[in-house]
Amino acid sequence: MVLKVFFPSCCSSAESGILIGRWISEQNSAVILAVVHFPFIPAQVKQYLSEVQQVTKIKVSVLGSWSNSKQEKEESLSEFLEDLGTIFSHEPWIQISKERDSKFWSCSTLQKQSNSSKEEEIILVYYDQRKVMLSHLHPPLDTTPSTDHKANDASKLAAMFDTVANSKILFMTDRYDDGPIKLTHWQSDGVEASIIVELMKQASVPACMLLTFLLSLTSAICKRRMLKVWPLPFLWSKLSTCEQLGHRLQHLQVISSNKKAQNQIQLMRKANIFVSLLIDVALGILLMSWLYRKNRIGHLADTLIPVADHVAKELQDLLQWLMGAPAGLKMNRALDQVLGRFFLYHIHLWISYIHLMSPFIEMILWYVGLSACLGLTVALCILSDIIALLTFHIYCFYVYGARLYCLKIYGLSSLWRLFRGKKWNVLRQRVDSCSYDLDQLRLLVVVVQGLIHLLVDLIDSLPLYSIILRLCRSYRLSAGVKFRVLEQKHGKPLRLLMQINPLSYGSVVQTYRLPTYSCYPKDSWTSLCKKLFFGELIYPWKHKGEKQD
Amino acid sequence: MEERRYRAVSGAPIALRRRQHSASCWELAVRGPRLQLRSLSAVTSAVWLAAYGLFVLSESSMVLSAAIFITLIGLIVYLHFVKIDQESLLVIGSLGIQVTSSYASGKESTTFIEMSQVKDVVINEAIHMQKVIYYLCILLQDPQDPQGVSEVVPLFQSSQPRLDCLMEVYKSCQEILEQRKTAPQSSGIK
Repeated sequence: MVLKVFFPSCCSSAESGILIGRWISEQNSAVILAVVHFPFIPAQVKQYLSEVQQVTKIKVSVLGSWSNSKQEKEESLSEFLEDLGTIFSHEPWIQISKERDSKFWSCSTLQKQSNSSKEEEIILVYYDQRKVMLSHLHPPLDTTPSTDHKANDASKLAAMFDTVANSKILFMTDRYDDGPIKLTHWQSDGVEASIIVELMKQASVPACMLLTFLLSLTSAICKRRMLKVWPLPFLWSKLSTCEQLGHRLQHLQVISSNKKAQNQIQLMRKANIFVSLLIDVALGILLMSWLYRKNRIGHLADTLIPVADHVAKELQDLLQWLMGAPAGLKMNRALDQVLGRFFLYHIHLWISYIHLMSPFIEMILWYVGLSACLGLTVALCILSDIIALLTFHIYCFYVYGARLYCLKIYGLSSLWRLFRGKKWNVLRQRVDSCSYDLDQLRLLVVVVQGLIHLLVDLIDSLPLYSIILRLCRSYRLSAGVKFRVLEQKHGKPLRLLMQINPLSYGSVVQTYRLPTYSCYPKDSWTSLCKKLFFGELIYPWKHKGEKQD
Repeated sequence: MEERRYRAVSGAPIALRRRQHSASCWELAVRGPRLQLRSLSAVTSAVWLAAYGLFVLSESSMVLSAAIFITLIGLIVYLHFVKIDQESLLVIGSLGIQVTSSYASGKESTTFIEMSQVKDVVINEAIHMQKVIYYLCILLQDPQDPQGVSEVVPLFQSSQPRLDCLMEVYKSCQEILEQRKTAPQSSGIK
């Protein structure tokens, strides 16, 4: 069978020595992790390897010898290297040698107990050690993980990635350490670290403790009995602002918890929440600084009253038209008058209420606008709630009209069935054509609210950190590997370069999406229109998880 | 390394390049026809004539700049996401099969399938409209059922070579897959 040797590209220029790594016998492949240089004492090397094995739980052993001779090939050196094979007994003993500046290496194996005399073929695969160590392999989304798979049956690539990722302790010693063992690997020129990252790690512990304290204070206040008096809980659950604030509080709790993330998914989730919160607050502060300049709040408050007046006047005109003979249709006069006067009174009440509030609107808007510093999503939720509150009267009209229309439709449909049974009875109950026009206005409000909620959901659930990671450090999220065939020479082993194949953006979003609390509209747009047509009520405040009527 | 000319299902000329890197490694690349200058100029002139007609009717120069914008964006999207220049198959015995599609803008999209997941490489028949066409595909092993097939991955979907070209590719692939069966059973992967 073909022997595969995974060689780290950072060791290509290393001095002669012996190779250490992991031998995966089921796949007949050797993953080389580092090169140990001369001089060394075999007993110390074996002790070091057993220590590493205990910590990392990977069977690291001496796999073969590596010779990088700048001069002509020496016979004594090759004999010495073969003798090493007897000291570190390993089947098969791999010998790789590189001559001067030649690109093509020679690779051979020594088998003591070989069944066949045929030379088995060797494939040399170069890999970038740092990238493979930091990368996280994502299996294809449609594979079902079965729990009774043994580690041997796992895919070759996953085994190889795991080997490199778990051998971090091996990469901690660099060539400036005064130990008995001198290793060459990707960090042998000095352990990489960043001052900013270290400083942030030190600063994050007290910051997390402060955050936890503040959050416990906030949740203690929220749980007080005073706020649980009915109808306040009903009100909190209907306003989307409170839902969004609760959602963000939950996120903050996830970030500020002291437990370290268990696995990749949890770590990415924490990072995504953190980046998303940061950008949200930044955008919110930007919006606030734009809004509070040049007295925009004052202008907004000034235009609000005339707009409300205009809408009320239009509605009154519409009702007057309907109470007469709209489009030449003959209506049930008595019912028309009753419904029309009922709705006109509603509008009158609403307009008086708006006029009553008019001196305070600017102040209310000013203070409510301050909450935009909590995040752009909170500002959008407040906007959506304001729209809902201002158009509440339209919702009332819609409910009355829709219920009556629904009754009419049921009546007509039962009569249609009767008609099909060859009994003809015509009932002229033709009121409620006003619900058609009201539906248009209602649809507009529902669409605007739906768009705002969609935007909030999008901002909430988008995994920004994962997308930025995929953009800047694409090797961290890998969907697989790709091989490139390097220059070949006849008689020498096949040389391949293994590179990381990054995950596509769609899969990144799908894997690392943050769960949201609502999905609006509750049903798709087609069922929304269907509900409007048949007169079923649309509940704009129903959230995921609540029982449906 | 050899290159031979064949025809695609639609009649367009394609070229197959076969290269054997070692006894257990074959690289097979099918190159489709390049983007023709003729068709590109025809489409561009049609779009710009229509835009000029609209400009004469509406007297707004926005139409012209919009047409230029649309042409540029459309060309970039076509070259980067639609037009596949070359599809290649790299079969490495005991490692796996790698399928690469290279787009006209230089983008390459690669998938690597490990040898333990590959059950077989076969030529399938399909009835499409009024024709019967042949296509090469990789059958993936179902991990639970050793006789079952969990997925079929079709190859060379955009260049669509005819049966004679597919036979060459099939022979090279089977040469390497045969080695899998004759190798001593030290892998133990069932």
